Amino acid sequence: MQHYSMNLKLKIWRQKNINDQGHFEEYDVNNISSEMSFLEMIDVLNERLISEGSDSIAFDHDCREGICGMCSMVINGQPHGPWKGTTTCQLHMRAFKDGDQITIEPFRANAFPVVKDLMVSRTAFDRIIQAGGYISVNTGNAVDGNTLPIDKDMADESFAAAACIGCGACVAACKNASAMLFVSAKVSHLALLPQGAPERKQRVVSMIAQMDKEGFGSCTNTYACEAECPKEISVLNIARLNREYLNANLSGQ
Amino acid sequence: MLDAKIPAGKLDEKWTKYKGTVKLVNPANKRKLEIIVVGTGLAGSSAAASLGEMGYKVKAFCFQDSPRRAHSIAAQGGINAAKNYQNDGDSVYRLFYDTIKGGDYRAREGNVHRLAEVSTSIIDQCVAQGVPFAREYGGLLSNRSFGGTQVQRTFYAAGQTGQQLLIGAYQALERQVALGTVEMHARHEMVELVIIDGKARGIIARNLVTGELERHFAHAVLLCTGGYGNVFYLSTNAMGSNVTAAWKAHKQGAFFANPCFTQIHPTCIPVSGDHQSKLTLMSESLRNDGRIWVPAKQGDNRPANEIPEEERDYYLERRYPAFGNLVPRDVASRAAKERCDAGFGVGSSKQAVYLDYAAAIQRYGKAEVSKKNLGNVSAEVITNLGKEVVKEKYGNLFAMYEKITGENPYEVPMRIYPAVHYTMGGLWVDYELKTTIDGLYALGEANFSEHGANRLGASALMQGLADGYFVIPYTLGNYLADDIRTTSIPTDHPAFVAAEQKASDRINKLMSIKGKQTVESFHKRLGKIIWDKCGMARNAEGLKQAIEEVRALKAEFWSDVRIPGEINAMNPELDKAGRVADFIELGELMCLDALERNESCGGHFREEYQTPDGEALRDDEGYMYVAAWEHQENSWNLHKEPLNYEVVKPSQRSYK
Repeated sequence: MQHYSMNLKLKIWRQKNINDQGHFEEYDVNNISSEMSFLEMIDVLNERLISEGSDSIAFDHDCREGICGMCSMVINGQPHGPWKGTTTCQLHMRAFKDGDQITIEPFRANAFPVVKDLMVSRTAFDRIIQAGGYISVNTGNAVDGNTLPIDKDMADESFAAAACIGCGACVAACKNASAMLFVSAKVSHLALLPQGAPERKQRVVSMIAQMDKEGFGSCTNTYACEAECPKEISVLNIARLNREYLNANLSGQ
Repeated sequence: MLDAKIPAGKLDEKWTKYKGTVKLVNPANKRKLEIIVVGTGLAGSSAAASLGEMGYKVKAFCFQDSPRRAHSIAAQGGINAAKNYQNDGDSVYRLFYDTIKGGDYRAREGNVHRLAEVSTSIIDQCVAQGVPFAREYGGLLSNRSFGGTQVQRTFYAAGQTGQQLLIGAYQALERQVALGTVEMHARHEMVELVIIDGKARGIIARNLVTGELERHFAHAVLLCTGGYGNVFYLSTNAMGSNVTAAWKAHKQGAFFANPCFTQIHPTCIPVSGDHQSKLTLMSESLRNDGRIWVPAKQGDNRPANEIPEEERDYYLERRYPAFGNLVPRDVASRAAKERCDAGFGVGSSKQAVYLDYAAAIQRYGKAEVSKKNLGNVSAEVITNLGKEVVKEKYGNLFAMYEKITGENPYEVPMRIYPAVHYTMGGLWVDYELKTTIDGLYALGEANFSEHGANRLGASALMQGLADGYFVIPYTLGNYLADDIRTTSIPTDHPAFVAAEQKASDRINKLMSIKGKQTVESFHKRLGKIIWDKCGMARNAEGLKQAIEEVRALKAEFWSDVRIPGEINAMNPELDKAGRVADFIELGELMCLDALERNESCGGHFREEYQTPDGEALRDDEGYMYVAAWEHQENSWNLHKEPLNYEVVKPSQRSYK
């Protein structure tokens, strides 16, 4: 693998807090190594800004391994940037070349208000889970794990939906800011397992109601969510969600 | 004398007897008792959810934007449990024994046996919550092997076991939030502990969005705040992982135990340059099938695939034929360092060894051919079938490797090198997980108790959930049963006022320094001192130097750090400054502890104390104790908790 160094023009969204209107600012960064991660490139810029006496750029990040779901950012119009199936923290600078201009914005959605700069609040997702994204089983109530055999294909499909990291890229990618992919992943994860069956009707109805209450938009099947999802969660989950919702309503939930 | 309060009686009856005789709190009283849980990883989420279910009034805090993001989520490989589903000779005793031996005889028998006992209930609980563990075609749970054991007892969900377990605990937690038993405070950081009449009675938390300091009362405080691996700057911990809550407790009287016991994980992606902000682990599960090697010739610069089989040194298989590539982490890490130091390292930095899947791909490919009855097929077909199997088992890890390095690990061996991963040391706790401050508890990686001087793979998830789901619900009641007459203490109590003032003074002091150097630059320098002198190998001279260097760094930090932004607003640099200031103080204590322990054991390798073939040389006569440090103004007092082995007979650990 050939490594190289590059100079870049960055256009970054700056917003002091939720009440500030916000604006773009431009920064030149030089001698960026192709081996750096995208966030390390911003670290370099932040170190410079602090040394110059300015405020650093706030952005959410934690594990930097693509699993905690904390990092966000829209990079050149794409949530989590240009690499498919990759979070911002795992995007590396070899995705760019010398002289590139990169525009960096927060995830945009009414339900995700900006906290500062590139940070947004995604507590709406927590409230959707509170509405029913769980199996009601108190600690200590469980029977032996092997009492209930589960078809491997079902378990694998459930796992594929459960791999959602709750980052919100699906919402940011959607022109309607719909949260259907996120909600459908959770509904699918639990509906595909026999343990989730007793509450499945109540669950889907409550979660959808909370989703609407939070102000997320409707799904118009553009599949932008699937295309941008860093965990490549399938839109088939949305079809399953719709079926679950219909079934629940038909049976009078 | 420190009393661990291990119940009397036979080892395998202690926990049952304790549970049967422990004091209880009746449901009406539980509703009046308030509990603070700091941290929402596996230990914190499971504790908060379970205590909420029991009817206590819980407040949970995390610095992330949602409790689901805590760093337990990044654990890859799996979780151990003594289920013996594989019929390969596993038992509670064997899991207990492996853990004690893996910890190089520096853990408590009573605690570890309890951990092994509750391990089976954890799997049941998680399955009931809908954790999608890997399964066999028959529909039953699948297991794999991990380092330091000879049975298959590790349950897993691809390479995302921590994620799935945490989501399970997070969902249980959110269910309690919905029911009103748990009040969640995300984007909050504990910055001070409040003690009233010798008992932990609350915390001062900083709202990280507004910068405001808040006072929160509780009858008991649980610290579930994880480990302190970020003292090394570069580690596999998340960027925000910190020691601050534990350190505040330590400075107010909670003893800190075995701080020098840190785990360097053998298989991480090597450092690529000075810009590096963190390191990424490649799960230990990869050592199940991957073979580790270096060229047999020093300074061999040929690409890996061009080095013929007979010119490769599979050094773990050579040195440890019984366990081979599955030796415990401390042993594997030291062996990699030994080869690299001797000039056999690979890659541009020469600080790496190969982890090779070529043999596994062939083995799995041939098995598939036989399973599918394909008869005579070309080598290419075998290779492709093998790659598919490897992809199913480890696909996400291989993809992660490729994203970071740009190399395809299905085609060329991965380059790996040891990195800081876990800290066995932590707040000293007794059998009930209570620290030396009444009413203050520490759970999960934040305490020191179960892993001795080295943790076995897939045991951290086990301990976090054991503490939260199955230990604290019993032991906390034993304390709170005597506290039912204490009504909520108003937060205008002088102790709250004083604690808030202390936190506020410190923040003001940090902001007023207005120096020239960034927080990050101090953190990097601290990390380099600790890694070089208190890392994979330590010696007395280096440790003495490190102590001096850390003290000098502390003085420099407090006179020249530059923090931009404001106090009463979101300010990530200020958050980081507080954490780095605490890491600097901890760094000194780590070196002191390492210097005081004149032996090698587990992850603590003192170069002066080794066997002729380079293995750790313990001194059971002199050092079979827990080193519990009491903080004093500008110094520490050492308290020793002797370790009594009643069942296991300590011997030199051998994996040969």
